[in-house]
Amino acid sequence: MQHDDVIWDIIGNKQFCSFKVKTKSQGFCRNEYNITGLCNRSSCPLANSQYATIREEKGQCFLYMKVIERAAFPAKMWEKVKLSKNYEKALEQIDENLIYWPRFIRHKCKQRFTKITQYLIRMRKLVLKRQRKLVPLSRKVERREKRKEEKALIAAQLDNAIEKELLERLKQGTYGDIYNFPVHAFDRALEQQDAESESESEEEEEEEEVDDEDVGKREFVADEEVEESDLSDFEEMNKLRTSSDEEDEEEEESSEEEEEEEEEMEMETKTKASRSKGKSPANGSAARKKRAYVEIEYEQETEPASKSRTT
Amino acid sequence: MDITEVPVSQDNKGKKKKNKKPKKKSPEGNAESSGVEKEEEKMEKSEPGAAAFPPTFSVSEIKNKQRRHLMFMKFKQEKRKQKMQLKKKKKKEREALGDKAPPKEVPKTIENQRVFDETMVDPEDEEVAFDEATDEFSAYFNGLTNPKVLITTSDRPRGRTVRFCEQLATVIPNAHVYYRRGLALKRVIPQCVARNFTYLMVINEDRKMPNGMVLCHLPDGPTAHFKISSVRLRKEMKRRGKDPTEHSPEVILNNFSTRLGHSIGRLFAALFPQDPQFVGRQVATFHNQRDFIFFRFHRYIFKNEKKVGIQELGPRFTLKLRSLQKGTFDSKFGEYEWVLKRHEMDACRRKFQL
Repeated sequence: MQHDDVIWDIIGNKQFCSFKVKTKSQGFCRNEYNITGLCNRSSCPLANSQYATIREEKGQCFLYMKVIERAAFPAKMWEKVKLSKNYEKALEQIDENLIYWPRFIRHKCKQRFTKITQYLIRMRKLVLKRQRKLVPLSRKVERREKRKEEKALIAAQLDNAIEKELLERLKQGTYGDIYNFPVHAFDRALEQQDAESESESEEEEEEEEVDDEDVGKREFVADEEVEESDLSDFEEMNKLRTSSDEEDEEEEESSEEEEEEEEEMEMETKTKASRSKGKSPANGSAARKKRAYVEIEYEQETEPASKSRTT
Repeated sequence: MDITEVPVSQDNKGKKKKNKKPKKKSPEGNAESSGVEKEEEKMEKSEPGAAAFPPTFSVSEIKNKQRRHLMFMKFKQEKRKQKMQLKKKKKKEREALGDKAPPKEVPKTIENQRVFDETMVDPEDEEVAFDEATDEFSAYFNGLTNPKVLITTSDRPRGRTVRFCEQLATVIPNAHVYYRRGLALKRVIPQCVARNFTYLMVINEDRKMPNGMVLCHLPDGPTAHFKISSVRLRKEMKRRGKDPTEHSPEVILNNFSTRLGHSIGRLFAALFPQDPQFVGRQVATFHNQRDFIFFRFHRYIFKNEKKVGIQELGPRFTLKLRSLQKGTFDSKFGEYEWVLKRHEMDACRRKFQL
């Protein structure tokens, strides 16, 4: 015998119902045949012998009905009716099938059917839109790639490569006449570099040579200092400049020192100033500072900046 | 008797660390006590010299862990000593020979050991030159089109990606950033073509970080999909210069040696206008090393004919090519020229694709 009230009394309030999910405000029913999803006296499929629901399967909606006459045959308890795909026709079908049923169940069935059709429509629309594909990342692979990248970065030596490329382009003349490094000074610099590269293998001797040159130069400059500053002998200046650059290279590795827009003159004064700060032969620095003195404004401006190094 | 005598003496020596031939000797030395003693004498004589291990001895056969460890350390030290001696000898020989010394051996690097790739491009290859004259970039390289780049992101970009896009737009001249707003790329592309864009760049984002880039050459050019890593925005860069100006930068493409590398190189080259403005002194570099493409943006200045100073400006990032597809973006039905297949391609450490 089906005693709905007794059943509800037991599972609804007092004892355990395996479909019930309780939250702070509301109780829910996890039974698949439940029409509203809440745990209520009127919504409980176990505690109502006459019950109806709408369920959908693969995009098709069905009306399920349960009557008390079939309560003794659990296998045949639910009557399944396929609803038409047309919304209005399906509503008429529901009405037709649940014609003398309580208002509550009819209403709730129609509501549920509406909701289901709405979400089916949305699903179909979403499929047509952009699908987001989630690609799983393997941690091991990511770690390996990261390490490879680091190693590749070290092997790449980017700064050197870029500098080399730029110098190549300068040599090939892609820049045209913008940078007018004087040609004969360039040749002289080349010669000097050849000379120095030959002697480079014997470091001690080279240092001695340089020292010798310095010693010689110091004396030379000291004797003729006034004349030197008056002379605007371009060759002499370039010779001194390039040799000072060589020494700069050895000492400071200052290939990275850099300001943005600077004229060559300023660069010269800067290198001279920085060099004089390095190993400064006393007389030579005095002479050079004198020369730098001519453009004292630039020197003051660029001095603090010259201390910054860039990579 | 023999058996009892031997282990005692050998044990003592083992603990004093003078014993080069411990317990292993005991079964062999079992034959005669005199024989054992002789070997012990030999042992003592050979100690001051180099360690002479009998051929059948191995450190792993000692059961005692501490002693085994000690023996192993000693073994290693010996090896190291020998290596140093060898080095010194070689150096001395070298100096002795002076100029006549054989040239120094070049150490093996991954780059020199690279597996020979048959698609490496020969600079004088005519077939390649012909192909490149007639491919999708020929219009650009013949000076007919000016690059115009549209930069966008995936849905709902976060701050870092947005800033990255903005900085990219300053680096690439004639680039425009547009907010995505959930549009489908396949619908965006015809609109771009209609407005004369030549490139579509989509930065994909994951967890607030840019991690992928789709670069699509527009009229109907190839689409390349890259993985982005190590993004450094401008404010995170140390010792950087001021912001880049509007001048078109020069482009440096390094190490794109295979056919695939060539096409990717051309893809990058076509992003920038054909005639760089040398006044701006800016250079964008795409350097390929072991299939990683490093992007850097610098400002340079020539100090003299021998030295150039560079200062890094703009953003830097690393790209790794994932796939190259003919035609514009179509992930389902597109024809893929090249796809990264990890198992095949990453198996060998010395084999690279670009």
